[in-house]
Amino acid sequence: MRAVLVVARQVVGEAARRRLLLALVLLTLVVIALTVWGVSRVDDLRNAGQPLSDAQKKTIVSQLLILVMFMFSWVLSLAAVFVASPAISGELESGIALAILARPIARAEYVLGKWVGLIAVVVAYGLAAAVVELVAVQAVSGYQPPHPFEFLGFVLGEGVVILTFSLMLSTRLAGMVGGVIAAILFGIAWMGGIVGGVGAAFNNATVTHVGTATKLILPTDGLWRGAVWSLEPSIVIAAQQAAGPAVAANPFFAAEPPPAAYIAWAAAWIAAMLILAIWSFRSREI
Amino acid sequence: MAIANGAIRLEHVTKRYAKVVALDDLSLSVEHGVFGFLGPNGAGKTTAVKILLGLTRPTSGSGSLAGAALGSKTSLGRIGYLPELFRYQSWLTAREVLALHCELAAIPRAKWASEIDRILATVGLADRGTSRVGTFSKGMQQRLGLGVALLDDPAVVLLDEPTSALDPVGRHDVREIIRALREKGTIVFLNSHLLSEVEQVCDAVAIVDRGKVVAQGDLATLLGTSSVRVRAAGVSREARAAMAKFGELDDSADGALVIKGIDRERIPELVSAVVASGARVYAVEPQHESLEERFLSLLGQ
Repeated sequence: MRAVLVVARQVVGEAARRRLLLALVLLTLVVIALTVWGVSRVDDLRNAGQPLSDAQKKTIVSQLLILVMFMFSWVLSLAAVFVASPAISGELESGIALAILARPIARAEYVLGKWVGLIAVVVAYGLAAAVVELVAVQAVSGYQPPHPFEFLGFVLGEGVVILTFSLMLSTRLAGMVGGVIAAILFGIAWMGGIVGGVGAAFNNATVTHVGTATKLILPTDGLWRGAVWSLEPSIVIAAQQAAGPAVAANPFFAAEPPPAAYIAWAAAWIAAMLILAIWSFRSREI
Repeated sequence: MAIANGAIRLEHVTKRYAKVVALDDLSLSVEHGVFGFLGPNGAGKTTAVKILLGLTRPTSGSGSLAGAALGSKTSLGRIGYLPELFRYQSWLTAREVLALHCELAAIPRAKWASEIDRILATVGLADRGTSRVGTFSKGMQQRLGLGVALLDDPAVVLLDEPTSALDPVGRHDVREIIRALREKGTIVFLNSHLLSEVEQVCDAVAIVDRGKVVAQGDLATLLGTSSVRVRAAGVSREARAAMAKFGELDDSADGALVIKGIDRERIPELVSAVVASGARVYAVEPQHESLEERFLSLLGQ
């Protein structure tokens, strides 16, 4: 356990020393400043010369927030891919891992340490950035999404899923290869969510099943739908549902949160991927 | 720390990668001193070290390191290792790298500062302890790697090509460090293709080629008989006949005479005989077959 924490601390230290966290924080502050500015202009919008109603403003702000958070979830997930894909393979290639693994440390401890450290980095960044964004938007517009804590859980869960998957690839594949695979699969899962929605909209069982399968194989988009749901005020849900079944294909809309069984599946998926990573690294020749 | 049952032991170890045989039925045992593991590039030297450390598993065969199973935490807790591919965290300072290894090696925290000071002084980095590794030259990184391997006085130290990035001064320093380790009773396993380096510090060597040990033993036995080179002017036929009594006489290309197979104790007697025959002696250079000559003859080149 001590060795796990030593390795984890190194991961966090490296992210800080290499100014990865600084870069993420600065860029995120730019995005937050832009959102705050955008949201503050909503008050000035006019419809046929008349100020917007509160309901209209709320809808616009909530949709803006969903779009910004969508971009943020991609940044978080891709950052997770970038830091996790070379986490083990990079140290093996450079030789750093040779001196470490010749110490009394089990391979499992090394993998777990990397995982804990990467999660600390990604979660700390994700949590801080999302909370600042939510608070800033509320301060400017008075709008608070209905389920902020659920939102944080879903969006960070999405990051942990793709991080664990990238780390697993890193036990066998070069950082660049693992990173490309994880990024492409992340994109495919997102597309799969849309495809599944199209299937639901047009009542096509086969297409729906494709969407369901991708949601199960890589549970990133499924969790993203949960994040969207937690940002939607009830008037948006009511308005979208009134528009008919085709909204199921909209990646920025979710009528309901993912079922508890799906969240359990995502948790089990993460655990299984971590076990696979440990097994893969233990059997690897260095 | 004295280790019973063989400090370094490999028994009939074979390692195959797909169709390539990296090690072929390798057996060796090192109980004390400095052991040189010699061979050309690609002979399987690094594979042998990685098997000793449990980084790679043998296809067949067994062994132990520092009295415990290969790759076990017990064994890894008693050794120090400088990899051939040495790289340390560029974002850390030298002291931080050493502290990280102190922590991984479970050295009591109270000892860290003094131990790190001692190590930095030993490897000649005392004034660079607080510099980032990223600013180090390759030679300095190799010195740091050697320092990492020496932390907490391990019973066995495995050095894989420890001077590959060092200048002549650095090489000399490493030889002195290895000699000091031997004085202390530390067992050193030295992987190298630098014959002169091995010749200067090793008590015993194994020469490996294409995964097979072609010769093994203590250096004196392995290097065989000695010879002496004599530079002299006015060497008559009688003088040559007198010299031939001491060993096999040969003319070297630079005009010197070489007497092979001579007992070192008889060299003064030889010099007296040459002088008595009327020749004028300029130089007498006792030699033994260099490891390089032996190495090349063993490898059949």
